[in-house]
Amino acid sequence: MKNIVIIGNGIAGVTAARHIRKKSDHKITIISGETDYFFSRTALMYVFMGHMKFEHTQPYENWFWKKNRIELVKAFVNKVNTESKELVLNNGETLIYDDLIIATGSKPNKFGWPGQDLKAVTGMYSKQDLDTITEYSKDCTRAVIVGGGLIGIEMTEMLVSKNIPVTFLVREASFWNGVLPPGESEMINKHIKEHHIDLRLATSMTEILSDENGRAKAIITDKGETIACNLVGLTAGVSPNVDFLKDSGIELGRGVKVNRKLETNIPNIYAIGDCAEQHEGIGERRPIEAVWYTGRMMGETVARTICGTPSDYQPGHWFNSAKFLDIEYQTYGWIWAKPRENEARFYWEHKDGKKCIHINYDKNTKAFIGINNFGIRMRHNVFDKWLTENRTIEYVLEHLKDANFDPEFYVQHEREIIQKFNTENGTSLVAKKKSWKRIFQTS
Amino acid sequence: MKTIKNIGYVLTFLGFAFFIGSIFTGTYKVTPEAYQNWIESKGIKSEVFIENTKNDLVNQEMSSWQLSNIIIENAKASNEQIKSEKEIAWDKIIHLKWNKTSKEYIYPLIRNSATGWFVNNTTLWFFITFGFTIIGGLLVFLPDYKLLGPAGIKNNGIFQHSATNRGIIGFITAFFFIAFYFFLYFFPNYIINPILAVDGVSEGLNEFVKTFFNVERKPNDGSPASQWFLYGFMYCSVMTVFAVRMFIKYRHNKYQMIRTAVVLFFQIAFAFLIPEILVAFNKPWFDFKNAWPLNYTFFFDWSIDGLIESGNLGIFMFVWGIVLTLVVVPVMVYFYGKRWYCSWVCGCGGLAETLGDPYRQLSDKSLFSWKIERWLIHGVLLFAIVMTGLTLYLYLAEIPSWKEVAFGISGYDIQTWYGFFIGSIFAGVIGTGFYPILGNRTWCRFGCPLAAYLGLVQRFKSRFRITTNGGQCISCGNCSTYCEQGIDVRSYAQKGQNIVRSSCVGCGICSAVCPRGVLKLENGEDTGSSRTEIKEVLLGNDIDLLSMTKKND
Ligand SMILES: Cc1cc2nc3c(=O)[nH]c(=O)nc-3n(C[C@H](O)[C@H](O)[C@H](O)COP(=O)(O)OP(=O)(O)OC[C@H]3O[C@@H](n4cnc5c(N)ncnc54)[C@H](O)[C@@H]3O)c2cc1C
Ligand code: SF4
Ligand code: SF4
Repeated sequence: MKNIVIIGNGIAGVTAARHIRKKSDHKITIISGETDYFFSRTALMYVFMGHMKFEHTQPYENWFWKKNRIELVKAFVNKVNTESKELVLNNGETLIYDDLIIATGSKPNKFGWPGQDLKAVTGMYSKQDLDTITEYSKDCTRAVIVGGGLIGIEMTEMLVSKNIPVTFLVREASFWNGVLPPGESEMINKHIKEHHIDLRLATSMTEILSDENGRAKAIITDKGETIACNLVGLTAGVSPNVDFLKDSGIELGRGVKVNRKLETNIPNIYAIGDCAEQHEGIGERRPIEAVWYTGRMMGETVARTICGTPSDYQPGHWFNSAKFLDIEYQTYGWIWAKPRENEARFYWEHKDGKKCIHINYDKNTKAFIGINNFGIRMRHNVFDKWLTENRTIEYVLEHLKDANFDPEFYVQHEREIIQKFNTENGTSLVAKKKSWKRIFQTS
Repeated sequence: MKTIKNIGYVLTFLGFAFFIGSIFTGTYKVTPEAYQNWIESKGIKSEVFIENTKNDLVNQEMSSWQLSNIIIENAKASNEQIKSEKEIAWDKIIHLKWNKTSKEYIYPLIRNSATGWFVNNTTLWFFITFGFTIIGGLLVFLPDYKLLGPAGIKNNGIFQHSATNRGIIGFITAFFFIAFYFFLYFFPNYIINPILAVDGVSEGLNEFVKTFFNVERKPNDGSPASQWFLYGFMYCSVMTVFAVRMFIKYRHNKYQMIRTAVVLFFQIAFAFLIPEILVAFNKPWFDFKNAWPLNYTFFFDWSIDGLIESGNLGIFMFVWGIVLTLVVVPVMVYFYGKRWYCSWVCGCGGLAETLGDPYRQLSDKSLFSWKIERWLIHGVLLFAIVMTGLTLYLYLAEIPSWKEVAFGISGYDIQTWYGFFIGSIFAGVIGTGFYPILGNRTWCRFGCPLAAYLGLVQRFKSRFRITTNGGQCISCGNCSTYCEQGIDVRSYAQKGQNIVRSSCVGCGICSAVCPRGVLKLENGEDTGSSRTEIKEVLLGNDIDLLSMTKKND
């Protein structure tokens, strides 16, 4: 029986703990300083908006941990002593381990803006951030959100739901256009404005001004404009939360450097989730993947290694999802903002401007590479299979009904989509009827 | 827009104030004929009671509270006197029971004795109660089309508002709901004025049907509203107003639009209009969609007799009722899941999905409550089966239901207990009264024997499942929070497992609120594994599972 200690009770750490428990009898301890119990960070916005209470964000009931013999310690780890295999906690206590899993997640980026530590200036990452936002939104007359990514738009939506006027500063010329191709990005620009949000594209912040009480009272943009506001959200991305490991001897890059088995340079120490950095990105993936499901998958994987089945972290085809105000977004496979040399694109947008699909495929082989779908839900397993089977765009379009995952009775657009493709490409594809057989067939 | 909404609130409030206030006003005058009829129809034999009440009641003007009091006080006095005599005349005793006397004894007399403004102004009275609340309710909800912004999930502030988060408004609302059910079920003698508000509707509907279908008229075949007509009419109005709310809130979601329209249609047509039409034809009141064992009186002797005596139509109704339970229900559940009944057709479900929608998030999601649920709901199913079995046995063996079967208990006693504890208290008072506290499906989840039956079919033999979309779940918890049946949907979705639960009524809200497009209600091929399989790791993790077989240390 090993004594396994996990730092961080996020999705990565908790998944590792659950899977280790399933496979073994090891002693498991999770140390985390943020909250008593695991909660879903992705749902913080819904707590603020009143869709949920904080306890609803906790995927397991409080008795779960004891029942599964997972010990919880609420503290921050200040120091890791890899020689003595000892952790020093911020409450002065120490803790020894046989195996250590670092799953400390991320922290919001701050780029040294003057005034970035003022009151009512906050990121949107932790429970504490949520409390800060709740506190300062009470008398907020205008908020400025800095940084046009997924968390930025979530924070904007949160404040707008409380009828707080929001100015949304996006450095890029169009929303999230480092990831989204122009069609989708423009669709979201429009949708943001439809919600009466003051969207400022190609604008960044240079400084935050303080009032007499040390609270933000305005920001200055790179265009020289001063915008009065008493709440500032810093949402310009996140980076691994690894500062406490600086002198530990554990190899760090931006995050904790790990190999494919999620092992660090020091034996018996692993890193998973947002804070882990692969020496080299796997496939087209980035070395640091700060998304929910990769944290989960790394947890699943490291548990196997620790329980005696050394396994490589082997993420499959890329997928992801998000929601921009009222528009849902999913993606399967790769479709970059700008087509690469060998790629061709097919784009269809619904006339109401709230649905679109964008398919990336190989110019020459016609092989399907990836899809963005907005306002239409698609089946993960079907696209995953098509990617594995290396299907062509023609095949994908003809069988698109298999992939449709919208609720029953929703208007389906496959025919219209195929028609557009046919017109553009001189083909004569026909939509095939949905087939349960094909959907459940494992390749 | 805000102003319109506020006007709506004021109107609704006024309508309710009139409606409730009327309980405390109004005068009643018992005519000699009404009195005589009443004594005879109730078979009252106590001379003391008759003499005293005659003096106190006939041709006197009084409130419903006074009138009820006089009857009860005199009955008590009469009973005492009779019991104090050497030889007790048991047949003269007037049996008093808090949950029966008022509705069975007092109500019939008082219903025919209303006088004054409420009787003479039914149209105006209808307008300032029902008219105000219906128009007010619509004015409250219609502006949401604009106020809520672009179509989409708009659950803002639900857990921050007193009405929807068990705050003071929630408790006050529950108090009124519960009080209403108590009056309706046990003390209808105090809500004569509210009943009078729909008297015109009842008469008008009857008149219309008779004219339209050219039914032969008999003297005295008017159709004054009963408390059940009031209930039916209120039910339909409330559902309609709240269906409009649903249409606006979920206008982007066609599943919700169609489902709401259909369940509203079934309520108005099958639970309200068709039965009233049947009555106008002097046929039994019959709700064609109300299946046993939810319709627990279906096999009661008076029900069977009533149907059989009503000619071919009655026989058809009887056969249909049996076919509905034994064939239609399970076959439909096999193909579509229990949702076809629970959230598309059923009246209880209909109310829960409209009036109850603002309270869906209050259902308890703990594992503990799931345990309670399974014991309770299957217990009620068992109770319903035993009661019905006994009833049928007595019926076929031609044993009168009031006769003792064992331990001093008769078939009638058991029917009465079921009716009281399950039919009235559980389904009505707790099931609906507690909407703002326990959520909107308490009855459907913990009590309904039909739901238990449908649930067994759904769990073990059905094509229905909620498919989980691979690895897309982010464990946010919206689905679990808004599941009215208290199903922890997330606990399945985050494991990549489909949701196959006997209690799922297929309302589709979990799928609607999921921000990542993870859930889809669908009827697929009934391959057991595709429905309920649990994968070792979720889709998206291409870990080499073969090495799994290696020994763990
Ligand atoms: C607002 C928001 C919305 C998001 N939405 C999505 C989404 O829709 N989809 C998606 O895929 N991803 C989303 N993400 C990203 C996703 O939440 C993260 O990738 C994921 O939570 C990372 O999990 P983790 O377990 O690696 O780390 P974390 O969840 O960050 O958990 C790490 C924990 O460790 C604790 N900790 C850190 N240092 C120490 C220490 N020294 N000692 C003790 N404890 C420590 C932290 O306090 C924290 O509780 C979102 C993130 C945010 C902030
Ligand atoms: S699981 Fe979903 S569809 Fe079923 S009852 Fe709950 S919310 Fe409705
Ligand atoms: S709402 Fe969707 S993403 Fe959120 S927990 Fe449920 S299934 Fe997962």
